[in-house]
Formats: sequence, structure tokens, C-alpha cells
Amino acid sequence: MNNLPNYILEHLVIVLIATAIAVVIGILLGVIAYWVKWAEQAILWLVEIIQTIPSLALLALLMIFFGLGNPTIIAGLVLYALMPIVRNAHIGLTGVENHLKDAAKGMGMSRLQRLVKVEIPLSFPLIFSGIRISVVNSLSIAVMGVLIGAGGLGFPVYRGIQTNNMEMILTGAIPVVLMALVFDHLMNRFEKKLMRS
Amino acid sequence: MIRFESVTKKYGKKTILNKLSFEINQGDFVVLIGPSGCGKTTTLKSINRLIEPDGGKIYVDGRDIMKENPVELRRKIGYVIQQIGLFPNMTVEQNIAVVPKLLKVPKEEWQQRVKDLLNLVAMPYEENAHMYPSELSGGQQQRIGVLRALAASPPIVLMDEPFGALDPLTRDSLQEEVKKLQKKLKKTIVFVTHDMDEALRMADVVIFMDQGEIVQMASPEEMLQNPASPLVKSFLGKHLNNGAVLLASDVMKSRVLKVHREMQTLQSVELMRNRDVNSLIVINDDETYAGTISIERIKSAGKAGTQIGGLLTMEAPVVQVSDPAQSAFELLMESPTGYVIVLHEDQTVAGLITKTSMAKAMGETLWGGDAV
Repeated sequence: MNNLPNYILEHLVIVLIATAIAVVIGILLGVIAYWVKWAEQAILWLVEIIQTIPSLALLALLMIFFGLGNPTIIAGLVLYALMPIVRNAHIGLTGVENHLKDAAKGMGMSRLQRLVKVEIPLSFPLIFSGIRISVVNSLSIAVMGVLIGAGGLGFPVYRGIQTNNMEMILTGAIPVVLMALVFDHLMNRFEKKLMRS
Repeated sequence: MIRFESVTKKYGKKTILNKLSFEINQGDFVVLIGPSGCGKTTTLKSINRLIEPDGGKIYVDGRDIMKENPVELRRKIGYVIQQIGLFPNMTVEQNIAVVPKLLKVPKEEWQQRVKDLLNLVAMPYEENAHMYPSELSGGQQQRIGVLRALAASPPIVLMDEPFGALDPLTRDSLQEEVKKLQKKLKKTIVFVTHDMDEALRMADVVIFMDQGEIVQMASPEEMLQNPASPLVKSFLGKHLNNGAVLLASDVMKSRVLKVHREMQTLQSVELMRNRDVNSLIVINDDETYAGTISIERIKSAGKAGTQIGGLLTMEAPVVQVSDPAQSAFELLMESPTGYVIVLHEDQTVAGLITKTSMAKAMGETLWGGDAV
């Protein structure tokens, strides 16, 4: 298994790219839900629906558009990662205390300035918490990527299942679990620090 | 500076502002006061368009604010709120510099401004500029809140119950500081409160509102003297009695008998008998107070045919017209003569306080002019 470092690296890259995209789209959707009253429920409902689609089905569907390989699994991960980010962004933004929004408005900040200078910074701890949940989820879901020809730690797991090789399954699974734990722990610590300040 | 022309605001069927018209002059400290729900905060928030009226016009500096860009309008008007509203994600310096930065003032300039402002409230830059709001006390936070409103030198500052959440001691010192700042920087301030103490203390002009209308717009003194309605009266409460300090001139009687020092002793005894008094106030030729003379004094020391000038005593206590009535009262109680002489600034006699005149004045203050 001298390929293990490569699998780990590829797995990480896939998850991080997906997370990065999900963060951008997720915050954007969260902001739209916060700004545009009529879109609010629709957006929250949509990201929740996506979450309920079985991963295998979602990947098969995405394969039609993205073909075999990494882009498909990244697209899938992005979709799954949206819910916690959009939700937390929405809760965070609506939850910024009214008197702060009032003060910002009263001092002559435009809507965008209020968002960038006050509302997003103040809801960032909550948004970050959403990102952490997404990352941990994505690390395990990314294993499914092997079914649609993507790289990462899914490969040794799948190969192990096919050859009935428990040791091989574990070589793939254990790094996934460890990475999830490490990310969860580190991000949690950072999150606590954000909350305190 | 600020002019309302029959401004109306309704929420559903409820009328919040009912054809409100008034004008605020430049440099005035104007306090809006009234029972809750009277529309004072709505009035304030209409000025920077946080609330937009349904009818009427509001002019700031002669311009119709509905024709201005609300964001730019607000940058020209300082805003302080009760909950302080400092941004917890920014330092003291960043908070103060919010509006100058929005206006793209160069960094050196706003930094200097922050330093100057912090100096004004005795919070040195080095120690405070890089603190976060949560590290400051409530009073310090609101000081920064006020500075933030002043940072871009707006000619107008709106304050919405800014000291409502502070303890009384801090409130006192902040009231004083803000009043001083206002005078020094010559700002027009519109200030909302429900605290009459605060209103009387700070205001050049008090606007008393009820049910979306102005009940009375007057200076504090005028309001104290002539409250326009029972509601205003009840708000003024204790101030009607103790708020305006009674002066010696308020409790004296001014029609008093004065004689010149050259008067003959027998003549003065005759006068006292005729007027049924036992002493006289004596003045010099230039009308200034010389002393008093009593009938006992003449009997014991005087000789017929001499002038009273040589027999005068200074045993009667003396106060100035502008002295508080309270100190005159204390002198009166201890006075051997039973009266206190009241003098004008030029030492001429203004009047006399006796127990009767004192009691009469107190009765008027306590129960109103008609009761006595």
C-alpha cells in the first residue's frame, strides 16, 4: 500500500475544493435568503431536500452532466455541504442584534456595507461551525467517489471489499476517520476561539 | 436647520405622528419628551430616514430629505442609540472611524480625529484605541458611542435615549460631558428621553409630545413656569416645586419703609408709632443701605433733637436679591430682629423678608398662586 499517501492527498484535495466552492455558494445563498424575503423559505427548503437524496442516486444523476471522475464527486460534495453552511449563515445573519443593524444603518452604511463590515463578521462563528460540519461530512461521503471513477481513499476501501480483504478496507477507512477527527477537533478549537472574542 | 411640515406617520390604523410641524434652530439642544408611544422616537428616526413618513415634508438644511440619498443623508447626521450599538468586531478606534472611513477620509486625518475625540472625554488614545467594546464599562462604551456619532463632524446629532441604560452616576457625568461637547462643537442635537430631569438639564428647547402631536414646545424655564397641560405638569412633577430655585427676591416684600440717616430721633419715633412698626431701615444719601434703627435703641441711647445716623445698628442679617431663599430662611430664623434685609447688587435696599412674607411665598410655591 505504498500508494496510501497519494490516496490521502487526493481525498483531501477533493474535499477541500468541494468545501471551498460550497462555502462561496452557501454564504451567497444564505445572504439571499436573508435579504430576499420571498426566496427565504424556498432556499432553506431546497438545500434540505438535496440533503435527503441518497448519495448513490445523486452521484448517478450528476454523472450525466459531469461524466466519470473527480468533478462529479466534487459536485456531489458541494451539494451535500450546502445545507449546514446556508442554514448557519441564515441563522447567523438574521440573528445579528437589531440595535447593531440599526446603528449600522443609522450611520450611513449601505446594505452591502452592513453585510460585509458588520453582519458577516458577527455571524462568522456560526458560519464557520457550518463549514466544520460540512468538512467532516464530506470526508466520509468522498469515499463514494470511487464508484464514479474518482480518486481518493474510496479506492482502497472498494478494492478491499471486492477482494474480501479486511486489512485493505481498513487502510482506506482508518485515514478517513482520523482525518475527520483531526479536522473536527482543530476546527472546533478555532470555533471556540471565535465565539469567545 | 430641521423643519417638519405636517408630518404624518401611521402604522395600520394607529396614527403615530399627526400632522407634526416644528422647526429646530441651528446649535440648539432640543429634547423630545413624552409618555411612551407619543411618537418621540418616530420623530427622531424620521430625521435620518430610518422611518419614512406617510405624509408631510421634512427639511434638513433647507433640503427635502425625501429627495436625498438616504445613505448619504445619514452620514451627515450623527446617531447615538440607547443600546449603544458599538460593533463588537471592531476596536474602539475602528468604531469611531466608521463614518469617516465610509466618507473616504484619508487615514492620517481620521486617525488624528480619533485621537482628538478620545482626548475630549479623557480616554487617552494609547490606552483605549485598541480595546474592544466588551473590555470597556457601560459608561465608557457610551462615551465611544457619542464620539462615533461626532467623528465625521456632522452638524446634527440624533440621540435616542442614549443614557437610559446607564447607572445614575455615570448618567450624570455623561450628561454633563455631552452638554459641554455640544456647546464647544456647536452641534444641533435632537435628543429623545422620557426623563424630565434629563430634559430640563440638557435642553435649550423642550418639545413635549403626546399621541403624535406637540403639546408644548418651550424652553425649560418657560415650561416650568407655564406647563401647557396637566400631562406636562405631571411630567414636571417635583420640578414645579423644587426644580426652579426660589431666590431671596421671591420671598421678600418690596414695599418697605426707608428713611434717611439725617432724620431726627423724635421724628422717627413718631413715624414708627404711626406705621405701627418698631424699627426702620435707614439709607445713606446715595440710597445705599446704612443700617437699621429700633425704637428701643432710640429710647435707651438717643437724645431728642439728634439725627438717627449715629445710633444705627447692623444687627439685621443682610442677603442679596440673587441669594437662594433657603439661606435667607435660615438667617431669618436666627435673626434677632425678626427680619432680613435684601439688597440689590449696588447695595441699595430691595426689600425685606419677614416671617409673614416668607410663609406667603412658600404657600404660593407649594399650593400654587391662587391658593393663598
